[in-house]
Amino acid sequence: MTIYNGACEGGKLSIRNVNLYYGNFQALRDISLEIPQCAITAIIGPSGCGKSSFIRLLNRMNDIINGVRVEGDIQLDGIPIYDKSVDVVDLRKRVGMVFQKPNPFPMSVFDNIAFGPRQHGKHNRIELQEIVEKSLHQAALWDEVNDKLGQSALALSGGQQQRLCIARVLAVEPEVILMDEPCSALDPVATLKIEDLMRNLAKNYTIVIVTHNMQQAARVSDMAAFFMMTEDRAGVLVEYGATSQIFTNPKDKRTEDYITGRFG
Amino acid sequence: MLRISPRVSQRMAMAYIWGGGVITVLILVVVIGYVLVQGIPGLSLDFLLTPPEGGLAGGGGISTVIVTTIYLVGLTIVILVPIGLGAAIYLAEYAPDNRFTRSIRYGIEVLAGVPSIIFGLFGFALFVTALHFNFSILSGALTLVCLLLPTMIRTSEEAIKAVPYAHREAALALGATRWQMISRVLLPTALPGIVTAVILCVGRAIEETACLYVTLGGSAAMPTSLLSGGRTLSLHVFYLAMETRNFTGAMTTAAVLIITILVINTITNLLSNRFQRKMKGAA
Repeated sequence: MTIYNGACEGGKLSIRNVNLYYGNFQALRDISLEIPQCAITAIIGPSGCGKSSFIRLLNRMNDIINGVRVEGDIQLDGIPIYDKSVDVVDLRKRVGMVFQKPNPFPMSVFDNIAFGPRQHGKHNRIELQEIVEKSLHQAALWDEVNDKLGQSALALSGGQQQRLCIARVLAVEPEVILMDEPCSALDPVATLKIEDLMRNLAKNYTIVIVTHNMQQAARVSDMAAFFMMTEDRAGVLVEYGATSQIFTNPKDKRTEDYITGRFG
Repeated sequence: MLRISPRVSQRMAMAYIWGGGVITVLILVVVIGYVLVQGIPGLSLDFLLTPPEGGLAGGGGISTVIVTTIYLVGLTIVILVPIGLGAAIYLAEYAPDNRFTRSIRYGIEVLAGVPSIIFGLFGFALFVTALHFNFSILSGALTLVCLLLPTMIRTSEEAIKAVPYAHREAALALGATRWQMISRVLLPTALPGIVTAVILCVGRAIEETACLYVTLGGSAAMPTSLLSGGRTLSLHVFYLAMETRNFTGAMTTAAVLIITILVINTITNLLSNRFQRKMKGAA
């Protein structure tokens, strides 16, 4: 099921021998994987195995936590993102993130979407309007909110708020979108809408999604990485491969136990 | 041992809680009511627009007093808010948790509990005497800034800290710099709380008497510059009551003071309700 769009061939993110520490605590140990372009890569595994910590490495969101230390090499299109020469603001423009709980700003729908572009120096009203409309269309939200762009984003439903957050990320025109359990706060109908949206976005964007939901990983992802905790609570990558292979023919006994629901 | 049935203890508890509420409201009503009843008969446009006369009679109006109050409060806020907000942002967003910042916080706690006359003595020694600002609006305002900084910092720091962490993450993840995150997300979201802090300080600047007694002087003349002395409404109340026979005039001035504070509070509440409703999206 690993379908690559012709224009999008090749690896996007390359993670090699990465260790992550919070103070003295090692949260991730020796993680290596290649994340393909224009595909959905799902990160699965039991609670506390470092899934969220892992995707927060990819846009350096861990940086804002005190005492964090990263070893190893992470490259975006061949550029090491933890290099001193890399501007973290530029990196986050290229690698956007959607969080577990919808977190729109207490502003209007329009101002939420225009937030990123404005911070990056776009102030022309007409240009911003185009960006907002395009992003909302891309996030399949335009038809529901086109008459309430001036209203507070907090008045939208949870599912709409999460798609708004996706639109807000799209407005910055990233190349990679990280999603940290984007549906865990949503009902099944809203979840399906987000999943459809993800499949559509995967034509043009590289998506990495953390999910607790095995069915969701099986439904939407092209690649799947199974993380687990070792005895000392550090997260390790147990198995990584095409989703079809991971779910039908896992090579590792622990992967099989997890996806068949024997633990976790 | 005496056992009280649950029904009786419920009644007693209700009586106690109601009693507390009723007494509080009564005190408020009696104090404000007394001042208004005593003061309002003397209130007229003439009273507001004529300057006070000196002397033991304590006649005249309060025009220069109103002008001094406005100047003093204005100058205080203009100096206070930028400093206080800067410190609040530092403490809420930048300050690492170490001995230095803990001692800053401790200092703020202590300052908040120091009686205002102590600030007055400090202002007298530093601004009035050492810096030769004399008894003036400038000395008074600078002293008020010292007095009110702890309130301003703590209240706005709380407001900034109350902004959900998710907003910070969202802004940073969109490629905002730290300052963009602070100025475009945190401060607008915390604005109702910051406005509350400013109003709180305006109120305290208006009501403050002791520390102004030794820094602002007591001149009844119209202020002509920042280095003019003067008296605020509350200081005028003090002078009329203690040094003249015009107790009614003191009451009338007090009524003006109370009405001013009521008006400020009402406007603030209206503004912050409207602002919050807009933000919370109940529209």
